[in-house]
Amino acid sequence: MVDTRVTLAGLELDNPIIPASGTFGYGQEFAELYDINILGSFSFKGTTANPHFGNPTPRIAECYEGLINSVGLQNPGVEAVVNRELPALAKIFKKPVVANVCGFSLEEYVTVASRLDKCPQVGILEINISCPNAKGGGMAFGTCPTTAANIIKAVKDNTTKPVFAKLSPNVTDIKEIAVAVAEAGADGISLINTLLGMRINLKTRHPIIANKMGGFSGPAVFPVALRMVYQVYDAVKLPIMGLGGVSTAEDVIEMMMAGATAVQVGSANLIDPWACKKIVEDLPRMMGKYHISSLKDIIGEAH
Amino acid sequence: MLKQEIFTVDKNIQIAKDVFLLRMFGKTDAITAPGQFVNIALPGFYLRRPISVADTEDGVLTLIYKVVGRGTESMKGLQRGSELDILTGLGNGFDTSKSGNTPLLVGGGVGVPPLYYLAKQLIAQGKNPRAVFGFASSQDIFFVNEFEALDCPVSVTTVDGTAGTRGIVTDVLPSDYSFFYACGPLPMLKALKNATKTSGELSLEERMGCGFGACMGCSIETAKGPKRVCKDGPVFEKEDLLW
Repeated sequence: MVDTRVTLAGLELDNPIIPASGTFGYGQEFAELYDINILGSFSFKGTTANPHFGNPTPRIAECYEGLINSVGLQNPGVEAVVNRELPALAKIFKKPVVANVCGFSLEEYVTVASRLDKCPQVGILEINISCPNAKGGGMAFGTCPTTAANIIKAVKDNTTKPVFAKLSPNVTDIKEIAVAVAEAGADGISLINTLLGMRINLKTRHPIIANKMGGFSGPAVFPVALRMVYQVYDAVKLPIMGLGGVSTAEDVIEMMMAGATAVQVGSANLIDPWACKKIVEDLPRMMGKYHISSLKDIIGEAH
Repeated sequence: MLKQEIFTVDKNIQIAKDVFLLRMFGKTDAITAPGQFVNIALPGFYLRRPISVADTEDGVLTLIYKVVGRGTESMKGLQRGSELDILTGLGNGFDTSKSGNTPLLVGGGVGVPPLYYLAKQLIAQGKNPRAVFGFASSQDIFFVNEFEALDCPVSVTTVDGTAGTRGIVTDVLPSDYSFFYACGPLPMLKALKNATKTSGELSLEERMGCGFGACMGCSIETAKGPKRVCKDGPVFEKEDLLW
């Protein structure tokens, strides 16, 4: 009997599998297909203070082993999330969730985070300072160590729950940002968000994505994500949620060996709605194959 | 509700310029309304390909697709006996209860296919649909005979005048119909919204990520707020579209 449990910033998870924000909505579409309580947790759609439609379409472009998205933080706003989505979610998911917090200003991050902090269902606040699709927000905050630290500190000062900083890979030195948010009081780090990417339609001779660029994700980015998780594990003594192209139970094990305590699954949910279920079910068998009795033992083992 | 099924190709034949008919065997019980679509996993491509259901009966699924990019180009090579991983039963579909006795079906190019299964359903309900289809040219025309074989009369327009009436669908709309259903390119749908006198349902197309409502990749603004073309649509009521 293998042990898939992990402890993430004080939260006991049955397993480390967490659907990534923006690929799992508020869980409803997936709960129609399987009992999502088999998941370790899940990170719900990035939430801003006010309702936000996001970017014009086309928002999606295909790539080799991945896709570019430019959704742009479409969400109904924090009040609708608290009053409508979270109560609906409570009926289908009984575990603490990860609340993905977005904003276009430091004040907005604080407003949204402190509102979600008061929701009993929320176990972790994941501060998204890395969305590449939000003009004047998101990634603009997460690529500068000082700005990133200021946001994390302000959120920490106004909340009580564990705060994870979700970092962008679109930086010269990921360790510098990780150290900055750690010193600002972050309780953990999620990485990576998507890589800034682009495709051009050869017939129209213009970018496929209406917003020209978007976030590149999928199996193609897994080696980049793994490398950054490995580097950040060395740089800071904080728990890491590793993500970026994770699609199989073996990817999960590899990500944990690089230094992740929990692992988020994103794009894989979009091409196979049962992807997370399959990974959860496959994990014990893969642990057996690689002679792993407890997942806690392999975190950072590759170092 | 969506289901994942393995389908086996029965035939894959060309029916017009760049347009192919793909007939497959597999479980079709998740398809509950005309106007729904399926999402096909293709070897070598990351995202699935959303294609509308042209026709279905128990255990048989017929799709009509146009080769527009590398994914659909690869579908041309599908041989009898090939197996495909398909998500079925996606989208809301057309509501046949709104049709009245003399509904009008308006299709443009590869917007025509979902109207075939719709016409079959309407006729099975004892209604008398008629159709107006627009194509670019005579070599693009397909399925007109199949509609007429159902007892659904068809008027055809071509942009270059090589078949039917020279012009576009809005040039030949009949004066009297009880409701309309439409699927086709966006400019056609927009023109139709203004040119039609009755209520109607329009099926939209958008680049999709997942096809089942998870990613918000295909959202549009409507009179009822933001909607996902894949999950809340692809069929929308005329009155809800903000064009």
